Amino acid sequence: MLEILDYLKDNVLTINLWIITIYLGFEIISKVPTVLHTPLMSGSNAISGIVIIGAIILVRQSSPEDYLSLVIGSVGIVLATINVVGGHAVTNRMLEMFKKK
Amino acid sequence: MEYINLLYIFSTVLLIIGLRKLSSPSSAAKGNIIAAVGMGLATVVAMFEPIEGDQGNYVLILLSLLIGTVVGLVFSKKVAMTAVPELVSLFNGFGGACAVAISIIEVMKFDEAVSMGARATTYLAMFIGGVAFTGSLIAYGKLSGKVKDWKSGISSYFNLIWLALCLGLMIYEVMFMGQVTYLPMLILVVSLIYGFTFVLPIGGADMPVVISLLNAFTGIAAALAGIVYGNMVMLLGGILVGSSGTILTVLMCNAMNRSLINVIIGGFGGSSASSAA
Repeated sequence: MLEILDYLKDNVLTINLWIITIYLGFEIISKVPTVLHTPLMSGSNAISGIVIIGAIILVRQSSPEDYLSLVIGSVGIVLATINVVGGHAVTNRMLEMFKKK
Repeated sequence: MEYINLLYIFSTVLLIIGLRKLSSPSSAAKGNIIAAVGMGLATVVAMFEPIEGDQGNYVLILLSLLIGTVVGLVFSKKVAMTAVPELVSLFNGFGGACAVAISIIEVMKFDEAVSMGARATTYLAMFIGGVAFTGSLIAYGKLSGKVKDWKSGISSYFNLIWLALCLGLMIYEVMFMGQVTYLPMLILVVSLIYGFTFVLPIGGADMPVVISLLNAFTGIAAALAGIVYGNMVMLLGGILVGSSGTILTVLMCNAMNRSLINVIIGGFGGSSASSAA
């Protein structure tokens, strides 16, 4: 238990960032009109693909002989890229349809 | 090259502005592009920032990025406009799978020197990412008609017990690391099954709400992975998606005149929801 508390104590700055960003996320979204629910969901889904950075760092840190890390890491990059690129592209398509109307 | 880290700040700002513009009708299209530029910038910085134990492997990374880009573009061009929600769900599942993939490798690297807090963070990323992964696949299956609605009276009790099992196993592994060698694998399997049983009883009509919730989960998993790697963009972007996704989920429930709890454990038909609640 004490070890967990120590970990929290060592990461006070991070916890502060968590709190402020949670509030920021709430505030940004709270006034969205109903028609934008689906495009916003799709757009923020693309942003959640930010996990791609973790996969890139993982592959960069893996030794060239460590096939397991390399394979799992690159599969991670491929999947997250699909999430990011596909997510933004499909959001764009959706929003263009709004424009015509 | 040492200063390239500073560009992370810039991409975080772009993500925030993008999300803000996405939430009002006149600027939504611009917001999407700004967010995309922020993501692209963050990816480039992740490729070139100086990191400890850098081994290069750039060919592999570029190849993976290329494959992902092509597949993502093909998916998004080919999809019919009516099938967009299920595609978003599928994409979200991929993001969750990536969080699972990196936490598996990080768990395998653990040794005695890793602090309890770091272990807890990694296992949480694995659990939440896993739920987002299999849950999104089921949501995709339901919306595309491949998975039928299935509901049994005991499913909500089963899910509560199963959730307790997931959390219990994780707490045990974090407290007493390495005592049972197959436990990390078991935690992974149990988490993946939880995502499956969590979404399965929820009615097909409620799927958009569930996808939004699972999207928030992926964001939280990304934020936790950001703590593991000490990466601020992952952390901030992930929390931003996590919190805005949660609020969006609540707003979508309100638009349908339902409560979130009702959607998750209810599974009643839309019309009887208000009387049942």
